[in-house]
Amino acid sequence: MGDWPYSRAAYSQAPLVRAVVLFCLAGIAACHEPEQTVQLTFWAFGREGAQVAPLLESFEAAHPGIQVSLQQIPWSAAYEKLVTAYVGGQLPDVAQIGNSWLPQFAALQALVELTPWVVRDRLDTADYFSGIWATNRLPQGLYGLPWYVDTRVLFYRTDLLKQAGYATMPQTWAGWERLLHRLVAPPVNARFALALLPDWSPVVILGLQQGATLLGGNGRYGNFRDERFRRALAFYVHLVDARLVPRSGATQLGNLYHEFARGQLAMFWSGPWSVGELRARLPDSLALRWATAPLPGPEGPGVSLAGGSSLVIFRNTRNLEAAWALVRFWAQPEVQLQFYRLTGNLPPRRSVWQQAILQRDQQLEGFWQQLERIEPLPAVPEWEAIAARIHYYAEATASGLLGLDEALARLDQEVDRILEKRRRIATVPR
Amino acid sequence: MKRSWTELRAATWFLAPALAVVLLFLFLPALAAWMLSLTDFDLYTFAEPAALRWVGLRNYLALLQDGRFWKALQNTLIFVGLGGLLTLCLALGAALWIHQRFVRWKAFWRMVYFAPVVTSLVAVAIVWRYLLHARYGLANQALAWLGLPPIDWLGDPQWALPALILMAVWKNYGYDLLIFLAALQAIPEELYDAARMDGASVWQQLRYVTLPALRPMIALAGLITANGYLQVFAEPYVMTQGGPLDATLTLVLLLYEQGFRWWRLGYAAALAFVLFVLMLGLSWMLWRQHRS
Repeated sequence: MGDWPYSRAAYSQAPLVRAVVLFCLAGIAACHEPEQTVQLTFWAFGREGAQVAPLLESFEAAHPGIQVSLQQIPWSAAYEKLVTAYVGGQLPDVAQIGNSWLPQFAALQALVELTPWVVRDRLDTADYFSGIWATNRLPQGLYGLPWYVDTRVLFYRTDLLKQAGYATMPQTWAGWERLLHRLVAPPVNARFALALLPDWSPVVILGLQQGATLLGGNGRYGNFRDERFRRALAFYVHLVDARLVPRSGATQLGNLYHEFARGQLAMFWSGPWSVGELRARLPDSLALRWATAPLPGPEGPGVSLAGGSSLVIFRNTRNLEAAWALVRFWAQPEVQLQFYRLTGNLPPRRSVWQQAILQRDQQLEGFWQQLERIEPLPAVPEWEAIAARIHYYAEATASGLLGLDEALARLDQEVDRILEKRRRIATVPR
Repeated sequence: MKRSWTELRAATWFLAPALAVVLLFLFLPALAAWMLSLTDFDLYTFAEPAALRWVGLRNYLALLQDGRFWKALQNTLIFVGLGGLLTLCLALGAALWIHQRFVRWKAFWRMVYFAPVVTSLVAVAIVWRYLLHARYGLANQALAWLGLPPIDWLGDPQWALPALILMAVWKNYGYDLLIFLAALQAIPEELYDAARMDGASVWQQLRYVTLPALRPMIALAGLITANGYLQVFAEPYVMTQGGPLDATLTLVLLLYEQGFRWWRLGYAAALAFVLFVLMLGLSWMLWRQHRS
């Protein structure tokens, strides 16, 4: 470096000059590169986003012509980020997408229809849990491949259940409610028997268990005054009124896992992410004192939500072949098993569950049973907005602000207003 | 006559760049927003632009029939009225206190009061969530110490808005305080000397010297504060997301939700215009009162 022809004054600028030169060279290199390698952008949310990097490396090793750049987006911002990117024309090639958002992006014609690819590669679609497959299969076609499943089950303290005189979880609402009452009475004396997630999911799941359709007329009207949904909401309100469930999940209870560990909370209703949390947070003495159970239903084992994430390809991709290779990669059973080991996210294929690691895990038994009984949500693009209103009216009824019938009538009215555009578009022939 | 004409032309040329910028970045977007509010522009429109319809004033009519709009308006006005008044009183009281001659370490106190203004709201929100926690929060420990029952600050629809107002006041009054301090220092000492010679008590000095001298600044701070609280968004967005039961839903939060969460842009634009008219009206009212 000593014999570089810089004067003293110019020498201080040398790093800058070098940076500019390097930048230009990099630019030239980048211009030449696409001939050999394909660049894919891949968006993943939350914990998944942070933990899938090693698997992506093995993907790149198997596909030397493809480079994947991974972007992590926090879950709380994911939906808005995707919609904003759609509006701005900045969508990635491949992304994870919450499967209740799938209908919306399909309606926006942002997604690639995957049937031809699935047929071409002879993917064993029957191996997927049927409930989760249904969330990706819309009337217009197949728009995503399930990445992992997320359903809601009961997490409970086995020792507290024994104290209350129960060896297993009751399977009917009536039996379940009797158990809940026992949990807040001596000798267990929990402060609350059950905590629900502070969102729309509990009351919607109770509705699905009753067989409520939620929306009527092919997703064009709200159908919440329906007797089946009414029974579900009444049960929800009843649980709160009986002080079995904290009124507003947000602050009446301290940290969920902390209260669970202290025995102040005997049971909670949550998803797969809680498995990891419990394993990380509970003291060793409690490590084997919790288990999962499928949700009870009105008359027998109840259904739960077919939630989770799918992988989709956006239409604006320039490398459809490479994008499909990435989606296809994640669908392989071995990869799904590794993905489970890395993240704890539950695989959507039955054959992966059959493998040793998941079968031996007794604490996941509840999920395995529940996954055979899951139901998709109404496939309308407006679902997120509707769900927010359902949550509002469930809370308003539970807090005594509105009567049951008035709340349901108003909910129907608001949902009808949200679906107004859909009704019009659905009648206009395309 | 001729000369003034050339002057005007020259002035026009000199002003042109600034006027062009204002036109391009202020009036045109405002006009576009007004047009937008007359359509049913939403997410479907992005997929199929042909589906866009002119709906005239129907967005505004829908707004008037929307219970959540009225709830948001009510919450926002409570925020402006209660929060604005508290902020001004607290700022004025603290400014008068710091200004006293016997108070030492003035720079230190100024910093203490101003620190919340420049602290990131997210950090403030996290700390306040701890303070207001229903079971473990400091606020409820203080209540227990006074022998009062605990309050579920952020979970109870009756208390969530007052709790947020309290936080917003604490965060914002330092700004008004600085304005008042500067104004206090500008009051000539001779006025106080004269008042004292006339035998005015401390209270009379405050009533007849300090407050009249501060009046323009109080009006200014009131205007800034009221306009700030009319647009309150970050506090409920970070702390409660508008809940529980829309108890902390504000106009801008509703606008954000409709516009950028559900992408009902026509509706959101109508809401923005209503907010604009409200702010204009409030500013005009405060300005007139100051003039009279």
